[in-house]
Amino acid sequence: MIWEIEIKARGIDLEKGRVNRDFHLFRPGQGAIDPVTSSTRGFLIEGNINQDEAKKLSDQLLTDPVVETGRVSASGSAIQENGAPCLGTVLLNPGVMDPAALSILAAAKDLGIPLDAVRSFRRYFGPPCSQEDKTLLFRKVLANEAIEMVVEGPVREDHLSRGKPYTFHKLEVKLLELADNDLNQLSRDMTLSLNLEEMRTIQGHYQKLGRNPADVELETIAQTWSEHCSHKTLKGRIDFQGKQYGNLLKETIFEATRSLRQSMGKDDWCVSVFEDNAGVIRFDERHHLCFKVETHNRPSAIEPYAGANTGIGGVIRDPLGTGLGAKPVCNTDVFCFAPLDTPPESLPEGILHPVKIMTGVVSGVRDYGNRIGIPTINGAVSFHERYLGNPLVFCGTAGLIPVDKAFKKPLAGDLIVVVGGRTGRDGIHGATFSSAELHTESEKISGGAVQIGNAIEEKKVVDAILKARDEGLYNAITDCGAGGFSSAVGEMGEHLGARVDLDKAPLKYDGLSYTEIWISESQERMILAVTEEKWARLHEVCAGEGAEAAVLGVFEKTGRLQLFFQGNQVANLDLEFLHNGRPNQIRSASWSPPAEASASPILPLQEDLGETLRKLLAAPNIRSKEWIIRQYDHEVQGGSVIKPLVGVKDDGPSDASVVNPCLDSFKGFAVGCGLLPDYGDLDPYAMAACSIDEAVRNVVAVGGNPERLAILDNFCWGNTDRPEVLGSLVLAAEACKEFALAYRTPFISGKDSLKNEFHSSGKNIVIPPTLLISAMALVEDIRECVTMDLKQAGNRLFLLGRPQKHLGGSQYSRLHGMKGSRVPRPDPKEAIAIHRSLHQAIRLGLVRSCHDVSEGGIAVTLAEMAFSGELGADITGLIQAGEMPDPVLFFGESPACYVLEVESDKSSQLTGKLAGLPLWEIGEVRREKRLRLAGVNGEWKIWAQLDQLKKAWQEPLLK
Amino acid sequence: MASPRVLILRAPGSNCDKETEFAFQKAGVSTQSIHIIELRKNPMALRDFQILVIPGGFTYGDDVAAGKILANQLASFLGQELRSFRDREKLILGICNGFQVLLKAGLILQPDEEGPLATLAHNTSGRFEARWVNLSVTPGKCPFLKNMDRLLVPVAHGEGRFVTRTPWIQDGLEKSGQVVLRFINEKGELDGFPCNPNGSQGNVAGLCDPSGRVLGLMPHPERHLLPTQHPRWTREGLKPHGEGFALFQNAVEYFK
Repeated sequence: MIWEIEIKARGIDLEKGRVNRDFHLFRPGQGAIDPVTSSTRGFLIEGNINQDEAKKLSDQLLTDPVVETGRVSASGSAIQENGAPCLGTVLLNPGVMDPAALSILAAAKDLGIPLDAVRSFRRYFGPPCSQEDKTLLFRKVLANEAIEMVVEGPVREDHLSRGKPYTFHKLEVKLLELADNDLNQLSRDMTLSLNLEEMRTIQGHYQKLGRNPADVELETIAQTWSEHCSHKTLKGRIDFQGKQYGNLLKETIFEATRSLRQSMGKDDWCVSVFEDNAGVIRFDERHHLCFKVETHNRPSAIEPYAGANTGIGGVIRDPLGTGLGAKPVCNTDVFCFAPLDTPPESLPEGILHPVKIMTGVVSGVRDYGNRIGIPTINGAVSFHERYLGNPLVFCGTAGLIPVDKAFKKPLAGDLIVVVGGRTGRDGIHGATFSSAELHTESEKISGGAVQIGNAIEEKKVVDAILKARDEGLYNAITDCGAGGFSSAVGEMGEHLGARVDLDKAPLKYDGLSYTEIWISESQERMILAVTEEKWARLHEVCAGEGAEAAVLGVFEKTGRLQLFFQGNQVANLDLEFLHNGRPNQIRSASWSPPAEASASPILPLQEDLGETLRKLLAAPNIRSKEWIIRQYDHEVQGGSVIKPLVGVKDDGPSDASVVNPCLDSFKGFAVGCGLLPDYGDLDPYAMAACSIDEAVRNVVAVGGNPERLAILDNFCWGNTDRPEVLGSLVLAAEACKEFALAYRTPFISGKDSLKNEFHSSGKNIVIPPTLLISAMALVEDIRECVTMDLKQAGNRLFLLGRPQKHLGGSQYSRLHGMKGSRVPRPDPKEAIAIHRSLHQAIRLGLVRSCHDVSEGGIAVTLAEMAFSGELGADITGLIQAGEMPDPVLFFGESPACYVLEVESDKSSQLTGKLAGLPLWEIGEVRREKRLRLAGVNGEWKIWAQLDQLKKAWQEPLLK
Repeated sequence: MASPRVLILRAPGSNCDKETEFAFQKAGVSTQSIHIIELRKNPMALRDFQILVIPGGFTYGDDVAAGKILANQLASFLGQELRSFRDREKLILGICNGFQVLLKAGLILQPDEEGPLATLAHNTSGRFEARWVNLSVTPGKCPFLKNMDRLLVPVAHGEGRFVTRTPWIQDGLEKSGQVVLRFINEKGELDGFPCNPNGSQGNVAGLCDPSGRVLGLMPHPERHLLPTQHPRWTREGLKPHGEGFALFQNAVEYFK
């Protein structure tokens, strides 16, 4: 029997508000008419229970009688609400995990009411509407087709999805005889994302073996060779206008780290770089620190909530799967979206509106990070028109790992154990899908590649793993990410060999084929290598946390990957071919700088610079991100020392956050980032250099030590099969090498995402070259940290760093629609001296507040410092810093620049400490709540009240 | 009795247990963290402790409603032991999710024949909200809050709006002195959002049972133990302790 328990909130109907808002986003101008008049939520429950028992479930578990009313009915009855007919009931698609269902099954059992199945639903009511409106509601507003369906009328039994039993039969792919055309077709049909040369290589391999591959073998090869897993472009051969690279990453980014580590000798503070799931550096005598930042772009474009949700869930498993397991201590999130005021009618088919993407992504990160109890402490949001088809979502996690747990090694004879979530049909083909371009139909056909996260499942896994780690219960660990078991077992067993019995994997429901089990990317799973004697205890530890653990097979020194299902062998792969058999292609790359990059900018003739400052403060790229930050718990675990929002009212923009991961110590670390997509088209080399400098500045500004500073790269680019796209990437990678070496900041980890392009009806939208640099720097004593808000009237203000005359890629140029001008570049020698000397001054307590000069230039920096500290400033000395027109001096974005607030009696000590560096006393902190900046001719060019500046900056992100 | 023993009760999704343990350790007592799976097997284990804490988090993902599933487990399997724990002059503390659990388990306000008297519902803003808040403290009989007057602590929750079934219930709580913590603005007045971050009726931030020995509160005192946790320490200087520390010291002192 199936019962429906439908729950209605008394008072405010938040969900109604949300869907009507979304509807009007797509139908601007129809403002007055709300299609949805009320909403309910509820559960379909199936089991051998009567109406009284269903009612008991409703009363004692599912409904909160103080604020809700519950209604129990037999499923299939007619539905109506205050006379308004039901528009539709939204259910998850069959096969998509329903996190609440698992909890409810267990809780119902506790009440003595055993159930067979539970499925959540949402339901909407409203007057009959036009077919056109209904289509919009169903397809874009009420549900997301990628994971949900809308049922009109009563819900039927078959909407409670449960699998049908699977009957084994082994599938072979007829490959041996195929011609080139057919090989390409096969790659497309199976979503293998392999090119012709790769397909031919596989064909050749099987021709030698004299047999056709099993489907699961071909899938395994495709996963392992995917861009997502093997990074074949960045690690492949490249011809850049005659300059040859055998392995771009190895010769640029890895090389910088290698060389730095060599020169540090026994003082090398890197522990494990580019070899594990996260980069590891030394922290203190007890712990190392690790950090990883991932991209989760494709899934977030299609289903923003679930995409971002599993993005953060996935990157948390990286530190957990590093060494023998790190405890996650903080998260970061960086997003790139198209402008939120994009007219809905201009959206190409298949693209979600940026507002929908942003709200979905933000809540996806929120619900996972908050629930699992990891503070989200740093981030950035960047808006650019060309993120329309491919929004970017970067999620990072740092973790703490005991010094004796930094390395792992699976041994022959170890059991292959899966811990955590069950395997389902969700997330099939994520690795290969994410290596392809998006197009109009992606939204529909790749639903299987999108998964929903379950943060509590992962929390149980984290708790169980950390306990098992401390008891020494396993020899190696890694996470199941893209490629699922296929990648995790394949990588862990790379130097041994593995035998896996796929029917041993715990499943969410019946009906999965052996191949689906092997490549499913169901979330919240870790793979462990466990000595047989320790299995019983490991199982016990997991059970104590409510986490499931199962033995899948064994690592054997065979050099082969052997898969079985119910005793039948379904794969027998040579690991050497799997990991080293991929053909290495030469890709050509080229670059010619756009003419505008060297043109001289034409400044507006008449300009009210105060008005410009207000407009810049309100520019989406600069404006306050408080709406997002407040939705993230940044205090859980108690380690938040410098918070993302600072100042008198806790709402000013901190340059970076500082975390104190061990509450019994004063040691900490600062986390910040650099991201400058507007620079990339003009000068990818300068963009990379400036991004590194920005990330360094941000962490140094709060007290991070530039001599213990590690950085991470995330390259998000367009289709690198086109030489000019690859060329810009080569230049950025070269800049990364040069500046990492110059700043002595090793790269410790990275991740790329290529082919970020969108095709629709003849249009091709390519993202701007986007490089995210994340920085992590040690803080010797957290009590020495500083924040960016002005502290005391009468204090002196200094500019440290040299303003440059370039406006290329600046927010000022964007505001005025100005083309042209060079992008500034840091002078590496001077920049490192600035960062290091500033750090010394901060440690000596000479700096009362410090804020870096970034987007919007010095004027924006000063405005933010002033309104965050509720103190004014008079700036008369900027002109000493360089001869240039006022707007360039005020709004230029020169790297390696900071504004410092210093107590009067410490000024001479500071100038002494920073002697030889570009340092100018530029003004004074004032009690009057206004900001005044004098121009070249000595007149006040900006004279603005702080409350007006702050009001502009606090312009809501979402109207 | 010199030193009370503290039980931190965990469940899947608890996530403030470590800093809560640190709070008690800093106050000089040892703590033990026990999972609900284990405690259900052996409810008598409760008898070894003098202070029971349900820490913050998202137990069972807050599926159904915040704290509801753990609350049902406490009521169904540990109800008798918990009531006798309370009646033996021991202390029970629920922070954030722990408050949601205690309230929904009926351990702070005994339900009447019409059901629960009050609940913690979705914030008026419809969003999770993380921010620092000012609280006024009226300790009354509540030993946790002895001699406290004001408190600066962070909140971080999506379901913290205190609602009673009828207005007379709220009046009764005010009269009986059970509303021990209220959201206030910097001037010390009751005020609306953002000072009252969730829209709680009567600005209720924390509530104790009639005995005063069971306290539930939405804000997180365990996140303000150290001077460096203060949101404006770089402006105002480092103080000897964070403001939330007194609550844990009081709990320990109660047994001395």
